[in-house]
Amino acid sequence: MNPDDLLYTKEHEWLRVSDNLGTVGITDFATKELGEVVFVELPKVGDKFKAGDAFGNVESVKAVSELFLPVSGEVIDVNEDLGNAPELLNDDPYGKAWLIQIRLKDPSETTELMSAEEYDEYTKNEE
Amino acid sequence: MPENKRTALFEVHKRMGARLIPFGGWEMPVEYSGIAKEHTAVRTAAGVFDVSHMGEFEVTGPGALDLIQRVTSNDASKLVDGQAQYSAMPYPEGTVVDDLLVYRFNAQRFLLVVNAGNIAKDFDWIASNNKFDARVNNMSDQTSLLAVQGPKASGILQKLTPIQLDNIGYYHFGQGKVVGADAIVSRTGYTGEDGFEIYFPAEHSEQIWNALLEAGTGEGLLPAGLGARNTLRLEAKLLLYGNDMDQTTSLLEAGLGWVVKFDKGDFVGREALLKQKQEGVRRKLVGFEMLGRDIAREHYPAYVNGQEVGQVASGSPSITLKKNIGLVYLPTGHTAVGSAFQVSVRGRMSDAQVVTTPFYKRR
Repeated sequence: MNPDDLLYTKEHEWLRVSDNLGTVGITDFATKELGEVVFVELPKVGDKFKAGDAFGNVESVKAVSELFLPVSGEVIDVNEDLGNAPELLNDDPYGKAWLIQIRLKDPSETTELMSAEEYDEYTKNEE
Repeated sequence: MPENKRTALFEVHKRMGARLIPFGGWEMPVEYSGIAKEHTAVRTAAGVFDVSHMGEFEVTGPGALDLIQRVTSNDASKLVDGQAQYSAMPYPEGTVVDDLLVYRFNAQRFLLVVNAGNIAKDFDWIASNNKFDARVNNMSDQTSLLAVQGPKASGILQKLTPIQLDNIGYYHFGQGKVVGADAIVSRTGYTGEDGFEIYFPAEHSEQIWNALLEAGTGEGLLPAGLGARNTLRLEAKLLLYGNDMDQTTSLLEAGLGWVVKFDKGDFVGREALLKQKQEGVRRKLVGFEMLGRDIAREHYPAYVNGQEVGQVASGSPSITLKKNIGLVYLPTGHTAVGSAFQVSVRGRMSDAQVVTTPFYKRR
């Protein structure tokens, strides 16, 4: 269920890395915990964050959850589609509902993240 | 922290895939198929809620009515047999111990239904005011409560009971069998829709829950959790203890003056509330809409002319109205419909406006 080619955080974000560019989203597990997403608040292109920084918020009917960046980097693109269709996060969290693209500051930080297999194991214990 | 309590249907909720959360000392289903879906089912068809965490006190004896009149602010002497009343218990300062329903079976037997998180506090409060030799029996652990709400609720429940539901008016109740169990069936609820609340001995919980689901499935009934219960009650501006009023807010500030009957005789809090009424309150709970897309959540600060003046009491997206709504305490003078104010949403000032309530009213 969780794609093999992604890296995962304990806060339920995923990261797809190609060279020094990364795409960030939240996992299927996260969207199920949230329920229907009604609002997504994302940073601006050019914003810089350190690994673990809060870079935005996702709101369900019930609550607000912060989004944490898996690795340090600069925002180079933001998924504008989520503004009008936040429900994409429930429908397609690994595809159309990517959140932001970043330029990684230090690709070696990715070694701190979990593989799909490790993340599966981790979420089993969270349930 | 003590372990959270569980209702008789806990295992059933788990099997049905409900997401369970701690609420008022209980582990309760917050949603089954999704808050928006469950909310819409209640507005258009029906939903069934397990609200067995609510507390039930039976008050009996020749002093029963006197005790209830002493601790509650509404006039329970106006009740007839088979009638229910929304009421509140004030502290001597006029602030709120709890809000509750008062059911009258006969002149010497009443049932009080209180909030789950307040059961112990309420019981002690009532006991400490019991100078009338009334018997107060906490039935909460033995009693289950299911709410069937929505335009199809009556038709669904009628399949399961010989009680003639058409004969039960709003805020009235009947007694009889529901799928073989002795039950109280009350035309009340917390959603803004027509519907019933069914009280019965806890051992029949699974049988009645299953029967309701079976009778209602073809009609669009869904099991619904506390998430939808909250969005539904907020649209109907039904207050939530702990959010919208508590021991720090007066009944008059909370807009509950309609359940404060000064002419019924003395009761706890009467003097303070009367003084407040004569002098006027300094703040009031009002409904608001967000003008932009930000959602105001409870405890977000509210600002008038750049000054922090209060906090959002309840805030949520409205599923029915597709707006972001809420309740907030604002200073008197800034509470008229149309008044502008701001809510600080994670540090950003977001425009809001006072609107008429209820936000939603069924046709």
